[in-house]
Amino acid sequence: MNSLLPVQYYIGLSAILFTLGALGVLIRRNAIVVFMSVEMMLNAANLAFVAFARAANSMDGQIFVFFVIAVAASEVAVGLALIVEIFRTKHNINIDQMNSLRN
Amino acid sequence: MVVNLIVFFGLALAAVASAIGLLLSKNAVYAALNLILNFVTVSIFYVLLAAPFIALLQITVYAGAIMVLFLFVIMLLGAEKLSAGAVLPWQRPVAFGLGVILLIEAGYVTIFRGGPAVEAGATTAGFGSPAIIGDLLFNTYLLPFEIISILLLAAMVGAIVLTKKRKQHE
Repeated sequence: MNSLLPVQYYIGLSAILFTLGALGVLIRRNAIVVFMSVEMMLNAANLAFVAFARAANSMDGQIFVFFVIAVAASEVAVGLALIVEIFRTKHNINIDQMNSLRN
Repeated sequence: MVVNLIVFFGLALAAVASAIGLLLSKNAVYAALNLILNFVTVSIFYVLLAAPFIALLQITVYAGAIMVLFLFVIMLLGAEKLSAGAVLPWQRPVAFGLGVILLIEAGYVTIFRGGPAVEAGATTAGFGSPAIIGDLLFNTYLLPFEIISILLLAAMVGAIVLTKKRKQHE
């Protein structure tokens, strides 16, 4: 249970995962896949939190991860409800076609 | 030390490969499965970083509940495959350029502004255990904890209201 690697390794991995998530948000057009990329970015931030908590020998970072997971869960519930509702009206979830507020 | 490096880079390779798989997979179900693999590898990192409770939370909430919700919605809508008709042709190269810039910035900050490469020392007894997390949640972080419960309730009510079929009032 004692990882002796410097914290920079974990922060670097977290940065790579965050960048890949941001690329997913920018490139993909399927609204659900965009959502999953956002989840991956949150996850990368969580990894940085836990790595810093381990380096500082303080529990507060892990508590923040707890709250981030709770916020992500509620975000997914509301977001997927919105996607289902958009699909009912437009029969499509391509985000390029969500360009009108009515109809 | 060598074992630690092998474990780290093996897991990091799995995490990055599954993230790239999420980016490139045409089928949304495959993207979701790649994301589950990514969550599991990250939760193993949490175990390595002396956060076993967070690791189990990650497995149950993220890889369990949230991804099941995703897969359920994908299959409910039948949205596995969508026509990849790019409306804006310049979007992809611009996205790659911005991603490279973001990665360079993050790498610069990590390497040059991250402080000296400290090797994490030994943890205190019970570090990361559910007992200590519960103690912190119900003492130091009691108010945020209550606010999170209200947020979850609001999200639940919101999801139900959004997906409820409305009666047509003519």
